[in-house]
Amino acid sequence: MAGSALPVGVLALQGDVREHLAVLSDLGADARPVRRPEELDAVRGLVIPGGESSVMDKLSRLFGMREPLRQAIADGMPFYGTCAGLIMLSDTVLDAIEGQQTLGGLDVVVRRNAFGAQVDSFETDLDIPVIGDPPVHAVFIRAPVVESVGAAVDVLAALGDDRIVAVEQGALLGTSFHPEITGDTRFHEYFLSKVRSA
Amino acid sequence: MSTNTETTEPGTTRVKRGLAEMLKGGVIMDVVTAEQARIAEDAGAVAVMALERVPADIRAQGGVARMSDPDLIDQIIETVSIPVMAKARIGHFVEAQVLEALKVDYIDESEVLSPADYVNHIDKWNFTVPFVCGATNLGEALRRITEGAAMIRSKGEAGTGDVSEATKHIRTITGEINALRSKTKDELYVAAKELQAPYELVREVAETGKLPVVLFTAGGVATPADAALMMQLGADGVFVGSGIFKSGNPAQRAAAIVKATTFYDDASVIAEVSRGLGEAMVGINVADLAAPHRLAERGW
Repeated sequence: MAGSALPVGVLALQGDVREHLAVLSDLGADARPVRRPEELDAVRGLVIPGGESSVMDKLSRLFGMREPLRQAIADGMPFYGTCAGLIMLSDTVLDAIEGQQTLGGLDVVVRRNAFGAQVDSFETDLDIPVIGDPPVHAVFIRAPVVESVGAAVDVLAALGDDRIVAVEQGALLGTSFHPEITGDTRFHEYFLSKVRSA
Repeated sequence: MSTNTETTEPGTTRVKRGLAEMLKGGVIMDVVTAEQARIAEDAGAVAVMALERVPADIRAQGGVARMSDPDLIDQIIETVSIPVMAKARIGHFVEAQVLEALKVDYIDESEVLSPADYVNHIDKWNFTVPFVCGATNLGEALRRITEGAAMIRSKGEAGTGDVSEATKHIRTITGEINALRSKTKDELYVAAKELQAPYELVREVAETGKLPVVLFTAGGVATPADAALMMQLGADGVFVGSGIFKSGNPAQRAAAIVKATTFYDDASVIAEVSRGLGEAMVGINVADLAAPHRLAERGW
């Protein structure tokens, strides 16, 4: 039923694009890499993967993707950002490199690389009500955290010290961690349900 | 929302291999000063490799090449916010312990430095920090993964600006993976023996058609087209060593290589970014290097 599969993109400028494409395809979506404005026009939702946010920002501006992406967000297209993707979707980023911009959309302040060096990267289990039981096994890799949220933002998950690591605002979803590398597809299913109902 | 009272596990295989997954589609650049690290970050590097001398200078100056001064590594970590890698000598687990204490994000157990042990590589499972190792063929890659490497880079011939060895090594690795895919189960036992790698790992590669870790390429990449060539040959990303800061206009060349790595399959983009880059590094033909001066032959 390829004709009826939901066309969903993964921003393919840099990062773990392949993992997201694999999860989305396994869930029955017509998953496609998106590097150009015309490719964005052909999808109904977009994942911004993990990777290096400063590189994604630079490449999105150099290759004319920034404004089409911002327009898609403004038009209400569902987006899901993991790690660097969460940074890209945040209105404000702390500890960015000089001149780094985000696409914005999520009314949050995010701190880049909030846990420190790679030796401080970790895995843990998170209880996330919107996802349900069992807990989500979350992998944090030089991950950002959300330091503050606006009134319209739903906090989906936080660590034991209350640091916020998953948020949702309207059609936008963001996690500090990487469900795409654990085999747990529930966040992607949740995202696809938002795409279907958008 | 709910608040979690979790236990956390650092340094897991997934966390180590995961950072390399996030670097995919990117360019990792050799830098020898904090200023160069800043230029690399501004140009769109996904990570920098901090070292005292780029391979071209190690080659020209000779002598024993070792881990960099901790002060230099500290300055580079202080200057950039992207991941910082640093090199330890093959088998020199104390240099690796020092680099881990300095909180580098990845250690490269590298043939570019003078080996400290001609028999054993570092037992990389003993560390929280992840390691990348070089390989010239599939067996070598699988032996490094068995020792705990969380990322592989094909070796190429560092410090030459001659991409031919990089081509050979990435083609060898991908070709050997493809050959494994066509083998029957009983043939895989012999394949494991011939590859001098554990059977379980060989079987995993035969089933999945790829290494269980990210595969970058290195050694001789000097132009945007070189980087795109490596990507089209199946690399997940590229290391550029001497090719950037030994060229006429490092910032422009670095940015061009980054763009060509993302749009590696689009010749019009590669053409556009290749314009007016100025002098590439002069380079040395690998064929002119006498065998003892080939770095790729270090490691086994």
